[in-house]
Amino acid sequence: MMKRKGEDEPWALEPEAMAETVDLEGRWRDLDRLLLRPGYIVGPGFEPGIELRDMIKDDCRVLVIGAGGLGCELLKDLALTGFGNIEVIDMDTIDVSNLNRQFLFRMRDVGQPKAKIAAERVMERVKGVNVVPHYCRIEDKDPFFFRGFQIIVLGLDSLEARSYINAVVCGFLEYESDGSPDLTTIKPMVDGGTEGFKGHARVIIPGLTPCFQCSMWLFPPQVTFPLCTLAETPRSPAHCIEYVHLIQWGQDRPGETFDADNTEHMKWIFEQAARRAEQYNINGVTYILTQGVVKNIIPAIASTNAIVAATCALETLKIATMCSKGMDVFMQYTGTDGVYMRTFQNEKDPNCVVCSPGVPVEVEPDITLKQFIDTILKDSRFENKISMPSVSLQGENLYMQAPPVLEEETRPNLEKALRTLMNGEGGILNINDRKLKGTLRVQVIFKDVDMDAGGCG
Amino acid sequence: MYYAENLRVIVHGAVCVNSGAFHVSGQEEVVVRLDVTESAPKKRCLVKEATPGVQAMAQRNKKYDRQLRIWGEQGQSALEKANICVLNAGPTGSETLKNLVLGGIGSFTVVDGSDIQASDLGNNFLIEWSSLGKRRASAVCSLLHEMNESVMPKFVDESPESIIESNPAFFRQFSLVIATQLSEFALAKLDLICRQYNAILLVARSYGFIGHVSISVEEHDVIEAKPDNRVEDLRFHKPWPELRRLVQEFDIDTKDPIVHKHIPFGILLIKILEDWKADHGGQMPSSLRELKAAITSRKRELDEDNYNEALKAAYLVTSPPSLKPEFLAVLKDRNVEIDAGSSDFWIMVAALKHFMENEGEGEPPLDGSVPDMHSFTDYYIRLQQVYQAKAEADAAAVEERVRNLLKQIGRDPDGISRTSIKHFCKNARNLRVYRYPSIADKYSSQVRTEFQKLLAAADNSNAAFYVLLLAVDRLAGTNKRYPGTVDAEFEEDLALLKAAAADVLSEIGCHGASIPEDLVGEMCRFGAAELHCVAAVVGGIAAQEAIKLLTGQFMPLSGPLIYNAITATATVLDV
Ligand SMILES: [Zn+2]
Repeated sequence: MMKRKGEDEPWALEPEAMAETVDLEGRWRDLDRLLLRPGYIVGPGFEPGIELRDMIKDDCRVLVIGAGGLGCELLKDLALTGFGNIEVIDMDTIDVSNLNRQFLFRMRDVGQPKAKIAAERVMERVKGVNVVPHYCRIEDKDPFFFRGFQIIVLGLDSLEARSYINAVVCGFLEYESDGSPDLTTIKPMVDGGTEGFKGHARVIIPGLTPCFQCSMWLFPPQVTFPLCTLAETPRSPAHCIEYVHLIQWGQDRPGETFDADNTEHMKWIFEQAARRAEQYNINGVTYILTQGVVKNIIPAIASTNAIVAATCALETLKIATMCSKGMDVFMQYTGTDGVYMRTFQNEKDPNCVVCSPGVPVEVEPDITLKQFIDTILKDSRFENKISMPSVSLQGENLYMQAPPVLEEETRPNLEKALRTLMNGEGGILNINDRKLKGTLRVQVIFKDVDMDAGGCG
Repeated sequence: MYYAENLRVIVHGAVCVNSGAFHVSGQEEVVVRLDVTESAPKKRCLVKEATPGVQAMAQRNKKYDRQLRIWGEQGQSALEKANICVLNAGPTGSETLKNLVLGGIGSFTVVDGSDIQASDLGNNFLIEWSSLGKRRASAVCSLLHEMNESVMPKFVDESPESIIESNPAFFRQFSLVIATQLSEFALAKLDLICRQYNAILLVARSYGFIGHVSISVEEHDVIEAKPDNRVEDLRFHKPWPELRRLVQEFDIDTKDPIVHKHIPFGILLIKILEDWKADHGGQMPSSLRELKAAITSRKRELDEDNYNEALKAAYLVTSPPSLKPEFLAVLKDRNVEIDAGSSDFWIMVAALKHFMENEGEGEPPLDGSVPDMHSFTDYYIRLQQVYQAKAEADAAAVEERVRNLLKQIGRDPDGISRTSIKHFCKNARNLRVYRYPSIADKYSSQVRTEFQKLLAAADNSNAAFYVLLLAVDRLAGTNKRYPGTVDAEFEEDLALLKAAAADVLSEIGCHGASIPEDLVGEMCRFGAAELHCVAAVVGGIAAQEAIKLLTGQFMPLSGPLIYNAITATATVLDV
């Protein structure tokens, strides 16, 4: 099932020479009970044996996105689950407030890149594992980079980053002409998230299970205060803090960019907010609360990260080896009232703009390619997603915005009838756009095809 | 044994760090632990001055910021006072401790009597490659200490079973004992010891893809249950005199359109209800719809946020939040009859009960919090003040009752602080008391009935795995090894396990029930494996429970938990 490293993958790293020599007899005794012997509840195609253990050690490449609370746990868990080739990407540096849970870091590491230190510490402790750090933003990487991994595990704390990587990975997905996903283009993702005593883990198999976009509704919208409340009728400490943060800063310190990591800036916000609260008779503005509101701090503890990350790592093992049945795709955990840990099998959105075989777009039968492009630019479903779309049909470029040579070559198609370009019938068009993170698939449906055919015939 | 040196700095009075980063109330004593390592001998002299203490406190607050936002200074100092014992330092014990050490518990003792084998290097992150062949207790202990040097580490190089047998008094020093990877027989003995010394026992076990976590203690009281869906106790349906007086000050039919849409919804609801009752001979609206119609009739514009909020909250008038059965059970508890030996908690519960039967008119003290309401600032603040004043008055009434009760039972009437009583009153609606049967008599008839129901359910795999966990321990007792640990004897073990599971079933009174073949097969396949990831989940759950038990916040497990890594689910067996 897993692709072997090959010549065509220049980013593939040579396994460390030591990796071959370090395995002590009996080191993986516990894991071997599951990987070397047949089981009773297993995934399809499970083939127990030494080859399976070698495959996850040598050939299966896993990318961990995020080296924070979840990332540290994930690296440890994957390394101690026998995965030998792991890469980790994170743009952050270590802060004192990470130390209550990001157990790979120490006080002396503050200010260092998380990815680098995390990779070093895991390799130091777990001999034989190769962890490659990437100290950068995920957006800095070419989508090609992500293609080089068999499984991508997300330990992120923002919706934006999840959406981005989801679009990139779902962008690799291709569909067969019968609308079924091309299995060779599927790249599984495992995603985790925590807040306080609560967390979730989920498995995204693009094309087969709901993608991040399909189940966006699972994430509650952020609380924002109306500006008029902040300016005219503040009632809570948070109202006072947000007023100073969003309005007063710009008025009193024009031209200065607010930096939440600058202690002087944060103190100023706190002092001004405290003054405003006093004016309005509001109690409870503290420095801690000011930081919490301004930076939108999410409380986090070691134990919840451990639970969620290990759940993700176990699902990663199952995807890679089929040594057990995969969980229903979404696991929810709450530890505040006893322990609640359940899974759900939620539904894919058949019209998802990211992972569906094609978002249906109904058009007039005599439309030109140019008119079609104008139609999708006006479609509210694609708002802010496309601005200069290029259009292709099963690998054939119908219109390309760039480079200039290709643009000139395909420009004559703009005035041609779309139906002619699509060989007389509706179907899937791939839309690419600089604004898109992956490919947007559009299913073209010609209106009243029968009537039209009769009329013109 | 190896002890880290530990210093305590007591900081008295109000501590104000970073322009008020952390306020510590005047009466509270703050214990700051400084780490003293070989490399930092200077700290020892600095401790005598005031500033390093404050600096250390600031550093501590920064380090623990993300968890202080969950359990606060009170919760954190409870953790810092805790002395925890962990039995067995495999991945389950190590991961549990890792989470607690990171969170800054006071001190821990690791008890383990084994040598480090190759398999430890494949499943335990707290063991270094170079430790192969050395002793496990000391290796894990020193790496835990390296992880957070403000925690005081200790280890005992002896097997837990032998300490349980030979030195029960050893457990006297701990507030919490976490027993990992112990069989049912050792646990039953340990449980009796812990109950004798008033230590909480937390059990954690990883076995293949299955995990088990449970609590054993005579009684655990929770004041700060912090439920997710906090009930808003707003009393719109029965406003007290001061609140009624405030409502009279408002003219909700004012001609001024700006004022009209800036009266808080609480005032609107009380006034509209009052008018309704005046028009209907004192009757309450018979339905939510009737009340909503009355609200809508006073609304002028579509965009009047205060009216929209009133419509959304109208249900609070027609069906005000009732008291939860768990809370009512606390009031009926046998311990409400207090005597000189009663704990502070039960004295406060007794006072609360008397309060509710008298001046409280059936309600517990008001907590005084008011949700945000679209309103002019001063209208809202005035409403908030009326609620806070009522909460203060209620707490003062409870306090008086507490003082009288203390006098009656011959204790110092000031023996419970005002801060404690206020804290109790603020959380009164959500009080919880947990009691756990001892491990030896876990199979009382009540448990059996519940368990039978669970086994009979369509998806019974988690209950079945509970039976199988008991069965593998039985087998290990007679066979001296766990089933499935020797490949050549797999088929034989499978048959033995099936028979052992049937024995367990009949022993706990579940005749007729059976365990699905594939689950027996899986259990045999596991061969007592302690997988790192399963241990990490179990250790995470156990650490969460430990934090809840030590801080007295949130609600712990009410019964034994079975974790299933095949389905990524957990089931709490109901007791
Ligand atoms: Zn989707």
